[in-house]
Amino acid sequence: MLKKIRVALAILFWLGITLLFLDFTGALHGWLGWMAKVQFLPAVLALNVAVIIGLVLLTLVFGRIYCSVICPLGVFQDGVAHLNVARKRKKKDRKPYSFSPEMKWLRYGVWVLFVIAIIVGVQALVALLAPYSAWGRIVQNLFQPVYLWVNNLFASIAERANSYAFYDKEVWLRSLPTFFVALVTLVVVVILAWKNGRTYCNTICPVGTTLSFFSRFAMFRPVIDAEKCKNCKVCEHNCKAACIDIDRHKIDYSRCVDCFNCLEDCKFGALKYKFAWGRKEVTEPAGNDGGRRAFITGAALAVGTAALKAQEKKVDGGFATILDKEVPERDIPLTPPGSRSVKDFYRRCTACQLCVAECPNNVLRPSTDLKHFMQPEMSYERGYCRPECTRCSELCPAGAIVKITKEEKTQYHVGTAHVNPDLCVVEKGVECGNCARHCPAGAIMLVKDEETGYRRPVVNEERCIGCGACENLCPARPISAITVNGRHNHLNED
Amino acid sequence: MERRDFIKITGAGALTLGAAAVGCAPKKTASATDEGPEQMVYRENPRNGDKVSLIGFGCMRWPMIEKDGQRVIDQDAVNEMVDYAIEHGINYFDTSPAYLMGQSEKAAGIALSRHPRDKYFIATKLSNFNNATPEASIRMYKDSFEQLKTDYFDYYLLHAIGSGGVAAFEQRYVQNGMMEFLVKEKEAGRIRNLGFSFHGAPGEFDELIGLHDSGRYHWDFVQIEMNFVDWNHADGRRNANASYLYEELDKRGIPIVIMEPLLGGRLANVPDAIARQMKEREPDKSVASWAFRFCGTYPRVLCTLSGMTNMDPLLDNVNTFTHFKPLTEEELEFLERMATQMMEYPIVNCTDCKYCMPCPWGIDIPGIFKHYNTSVTEGRYAQTQEQKDYQKLKKAYLVSYDRAIPTLRQADHCIHCGECLSHCPQSIDIPRQLQRINLYVEKLKQDTL
Repeated sequence: MLKKIRVALAILFWLGITLLFLDFTGALHGWLGWMAKVQFLPAVLALNVAVIIGLVLLTLVFGRIYCSVICPLGVFQDGVAHLNVARKRKKKDRKPYSFSPEMKWLRYGVWVLFVIAIIVGVQALVALLAPYSAWGRIVQNLFQPVYLWVNNLFASIAERANSYAFYDKEVWLRSLPTFFVALVTLVVVVILAWKNGRTYCNTICPVGTTLSFFSRFAMFRPVIDAEKCKNCKVCEHNCKAACIDIDRHKIDYSRCVDCFNCLEDCKFGALKYKFAWGRKEVTEPAGNDGGRRAFITGAALAVGTAALKAQEKKVDGGFATILDKEVPERDIPLTPPGSRSVKDFYRRCTACQLCVAECPNNVLRPSTDLKHFMQPEMSYERGYCRPECTRCSELCPAGAIVKITKEEKTQYHVGTAHVNPDLCVVEKGVECGNCARHCPAGAIMLVKDEETGYRRPVVNEERCIGCGACENLCPARPISAITVNGRHNHLNED
Repeated sequence: MERRDFIKITGAGALTLGAAAVGCAPKKTASATDEGPEQMVYRENPRNGDKVSLIGFGCMRWPMIEKDGQRVIDQDAVNEMVDYAIEHGINYFDTSPAYLMGQSEKAAGIALSRHPRDKYFIATKLSNFNNATPEASIRMYKDSFEQLKTDYFDYYLLHAIGSGGVAAFEQRYVQNGMMEFLVKEKEAGRIRNLGFSFHGAPGEFDELIGLHDSGRYHWDFVQIEMNFVDWNHADGRRNANASYLYEELDKRGIPIVIMEPLLGGRLANVPDAIARQMKEREPDKSVASWAFRFCGTYPRVLCTLSGMTNMDPLLDNVNTFTHFKPLTEEELEFLERMATQMMEYPIVNCTDCKYCMPCPWGIDIPGIFKHYNTSVTEGRYAQTQEQKDYQKLKKAYLVSYDRAIPTLRQADHCIHCGECLSHCPQSIDIPRQLQRINLYVEKLKQDTL
């Protein structure tokens, strides 16, 4: 029964959070947004004390339920492992797993590295290791395109039926390195889960390690009744966390994720999930850590820049060709309104890609800059940060983007536009002024050039909010004549 | 009669065609019988006795397909339509070297040359808009013969004059010696009728027709934009009402060819409130048939051009003009009321002629206007946020806009360079209209309507 409840809740949670990443319409985040906000690492970075205390208490009372139900990467690994176990059962192999000692050195080594990375601010490493970020990365990069293609198929059917139920959404590769990291992450996680169940969770995952500090003392936990146990080892051989040691009748609660599989596996009723607070902790069996598995990390970082430029589209002969825009040089990165400063944004961001997956204006994409690798930045080649949109701020679980309203958005000064007169079409004798016409802040004025007589744009830096309407709608291509550079601090009152 | 029955009969009765072509009264006046004649209606050109079908085929809106990455005319579809048209008595085909990215004449030539040359009249134009040098103009003229596979033009037009008055006319046709050249060509028999197509203000028209009155040039025919809206409600300060143009030409006995009888399809797809009133009167007749009957009612009209894109409007038009019923006085008044009602909709007066294209900045000007007009006409247009179905209308407009026009070709990318302004025969202030539509889109997106 407990297992059934666990499985049902896990599936619900996993579907919910995965849908949150897949959905691009903004229809779901009001319902499912909380699922991202109760994730451990985002809550820590957002200093969301209520969630942190809640999760610690949950673990203290019930053990690492979090890992089996709330963590989408954990549930995903259970799914993968389950497939392999089912396959082995068909082949009459009833011993998919067996007990292995805790790999302390690797486990705590990674954890210490992780904590240092957070403190020092090496967010790329944090994002690489954290389970929620890994799952977000996988879904946004690998699954969302498929989801969008299916959506677009429906959209084309809807178009034929004159329905507006589905609409087309452009599918584009936001960053090749991040895509590659996501792919490697998926492959590694699948291989580990397929072969050894919860290896990642119990040797690498820093959240798993953090929770293990509390789960050792959990009030409720599975307990082996040595008198009833017939030493058949069915439970041990089916424990995907490899934490049941039947020879000693001990369970390593630091690694048990409360999947409850063992409770149902035991035909003799020797395993019970019960109140066991204060009982002497399981003494950890001695063992050496032998680097059984090497984890491939960092390799992906070395991939070159995102050189995948969209191919120039073949257009109707009745239309002038429009060149694709190129990303201009920006000395300071652009981070979304709702981020208080660039520094604060990159400190808190877990690179989960949720905002990237949701951005309806195709503005956000993972950075390729090694300092902020995989963390989002804004650029305006495909759209601009529209005045009515506050979607990323409503979603961000890590508090990197604070929830803002449309009105509050205008107070965020995320960048400043600069004109490059050499590129401006006005210099070629064409009337334009499109930047001034579309600036939502009224920051661009047209002044008459004494020499040429052309009316060219100038920017009032105080008014400019950095939304990029001017850059996006500038007719100069491939580099706009007016481009936005980031600002360190986004709020003026400091 | 059911349309299907009608097709059967006309299909089987192809033999009677020859008789139909001859046997029809050329000067059709308002005889208010219940059933019109069963044959195509012809009008006689008083100058030379040409018997011209009252409905002509405009070759500006033929279907395009993608072929080897290029947009090309769907020649098979054109052949099929031309065959059907000729079979059913349509004998006037109007093209231009500029139409359909320059492909119209060639396609017309291919389709028409499969029929005896004396079965149809060819009209084409000197479309020397960008380059009016004598060399370029003569090259264009000569090329038309080759494209259309003929050694004479039945009707030859100076393309779209009016705007700019006589001065512009002189620049394009007199200073380069083209008028002299064309008059000689006419004497040589390679041009049977010389005329012009007109877009402009009443004063400009007076100047051009003055050339006729003074005897300097003789206009064998004139092509004007005429329909029940333009009759008294021509848009803009710069376009003359069709009623004025018609009367001036009628006075002088100059045959009239009509263009834009449907305003680029806008009079076939009218707002529901107007369609309902038309259907109440003629439940079985198409909305478009009203516009065609309006044109055919006026006796000085030689031919009404319809730019048919596929077989369906062709069938409908053949039906209208083989069962032709002129409008009664009362019906004309009804259409005038409909025109007045049409004017209340915030529609852009674009006929989708694509003369403004290609926009140097890549904007799909006619596409944006067409999408906007269709949305207004079909009621996918929100007036205010308080409206009950505002959210639905908003989504419908924005989604259909993105579907119809790629983002980079939408109105917000118009930089107001003004390049298009001089090309628009309707004298639409295109940048301003695009800005108006973009403001509407912005209000929808920002919920500030």
